[in-house]
Amino acid sequence: MDIQEDFLYTKEHEWIAFEEDIATVGITDYAQSELGDIVFIELPEVGSEVRQTEPFGTIEAVKAVSDLYAPLSGEVIEVNTSLEDEPEQINSDPYGNGWMIKIKVRDESELEDLLSAGQYKDLIGG
Amino acid sequence: MESTAIKKTALFNIHENLGAKIVPFAGYFMPVYYTSIIDEHRRVRSTVGLFDVSHMGEFEIKGHDALAFVQRVTTNDAADLKVNQVQYSVMCYPDGGIVDDLLVYRLEDHYLFVVNAANLDKDFSWLQDNLRGAVQLENKSDATTLLALQGPQAETVLSPLVEVDLCRKLGYYYCQPGSVIGHPALISRTGYTGEDGFEIYCAPRAGVALWEALMESGRRYDIQPIGLGARDTLRLEMKYALYGNDIDQTTNPLEAGLGWVVKFDKDDFIGKEALLKVQKEKLKRRLVGFETDGKIFPRKGMNIHKEESEIGTVTSGTFSPSLEKGIGLGYVSTPHTKVGTEIGLDIRGKRVGARVVKTPFYKSGSHK
Repeated sequence: MDIQEDFLYTKEHEWIAFEEDIATVGITDYAQSELGDIVFIELPEVGSEVRQTEPFGTIEAVKAVSDLYAPLSGEVIEVNTSLEDEPEQINSDPYGNGWMIKIKVRDESELEDLLSAGQYKDLIGG
Repeated sequence: MESTAIKKTALFNIHENLGAKIVPFAGYFMPVYYTSIIDEHRRVRSTVGLFDVSHMGEFEIKGHDALAFVQRVTTNDAADLKVNQVQYSVMCYPDGGIVDDLLVYRLEDHYLFVVNAANLDKDFSWLQDNLRGAVQLENKSDATTLLALQGPQAETVLSPLVEVDLCRKLGYYYCQPGSVIGHPALISRTGYTGEDGFEIYCAPRAGVALWEALMESGRRYDIQPIGLGARDTLRLEMKYALYGNDIDQTTNPLEAGLGWVVKFDKDDFIGKEALLKVQKEKLKRRLVGFETDGKIFPRKGMNIHKEESEIGTVTSGTFSPSLEKGIGLGYVSTPHTKVGTEIGLDIRGKRVGARVVKTPFYKSGSHK
C-alpha cells in the first residue's frame, strides 16, 4: 500500500499535505482500495468552515457510502471540482489528482493530533 | 462441532497472487474485486468473466424417498424435473418465512441442493430436522469447488475444454455430468448475472487446473476474474433476490415476487398453509425495484417515504454500472408498488427522489 512519507494522516484514512498555513486533504491509497470504485463525491463549498473530526463530505463507492472527516479546522479555500465528473481520480491517483479540498488552517496546534507516515503505516498494518 | 476458523477455497492462492481485495464472507476468505467492481461488471456484460463461488453449499439427497423429501421442504414442484434439469426454489418455515433460496438439481440417482454460504449450517440442520423416510442427506460443500463462467462469450470459451457439443446442446437450467480438460465435473447452464453462462462443480484438487484452463481459453475475449462485488451489482441489476438482504425468515416468497416458485397444486409442503393464507388475504407489501435521481444511491436500511408517511425499507441498493444510476430494492406497502410511483428515500437526513420501475433494471442480458 502506497504511503507518502512527507504527508500527515488521520485514523479515518485521510492524508494532509501541509504547507505555509494551507492543508491539502485527500484519502489514502489504503482508503481508496478499501472503498473500491468511487462513483460520486460530495464536497463543501469554497468559503465554508470545516471543524476538526467533523464530517465535511461524503464519498459514494459502488459498495457503500462513507463520511469524510475534516483533519483540521479552518476555511475551505479551494475544492477539486474535477472530481465531480471524474471521481475515479481518487482511485487512480489518491495522493495527486485525487486531492479533495484545501483548508486555510486556523490553529496549527491541531497538527499534533495527526499521525506521521510511520504511525499511519502501523495503523493499517502495512 | 462448530469451527470459527475462516476457510480458504481451492483458488485462494490464485486470488492472492492476482492482488484481489480479499475479505471474510460467510466463513470464507473471498475476493471482493481484483481490479475494479465496475470494470469486472462490464466485462461480464460485454464478453466473459470467471468467478470462484466455492463458498456456496452443496447437499446431496439420496434414497427411495428423496423426491418426497424434496417436495416437502421446497415450494417449487420437483416432480416433473427431468434427469439433469435444474430448478430455482425456496425453502420455507411453517409460518411462510424463508429458510433459504436454492437450486435443486435432479441427477441420475440423487438430488443436489445448492444453498447460500451464509445459511449452510442453518439449512443443513433444518433439513436434518425434517428428514422423513428412506433419505440420506450429505453435506458435500467442503468437497466441492464451484466456478462460474458468465457472459455472452461463455459458451465459446468453455466449448474447447469439454466433450464435443456439450455446451451448445445444454439448455438454460440444465446440467450435464462430464469432464472439463479431463477432470470430472458437473456442468450447469445457470448463473446469477443475467448473462448466458455456466456453473462448473468439480473436486477442489481440480479447481486450479480448471480455473487456469478457462482463463487461457478466454484470453481472446479479455476474460477477467470477477469478485463478489460485481456478483452483487450484476444480480441486483436483474432483481435477483439476495438472502439476508431481500429475503429472510421475516419475508415470504409471495411478497418477494417469488410466487412463481410456489406451487400450491402439489402435495403438502412446509409453509403451504401459511402461504395460502397470505395469498387469500392479499399482500400488504411487495418487493419492488426503484431508481434514484442524481448521484446519490440507495443503501440497505434506508427508509422509503410517500409524502410524510413511511411506506417501506430499502433491502439492497447500489450504483448500477450498466445504467449509471442508483438502483435499489425494497419492501413497499401495496398501494404504492405500481410502476411509476414517485417515492422518497431518506439518505443521511436528506429526502432523495426515486421512482418505482419495471424490473429487471437491466434488460439486455444474454441468458437464454
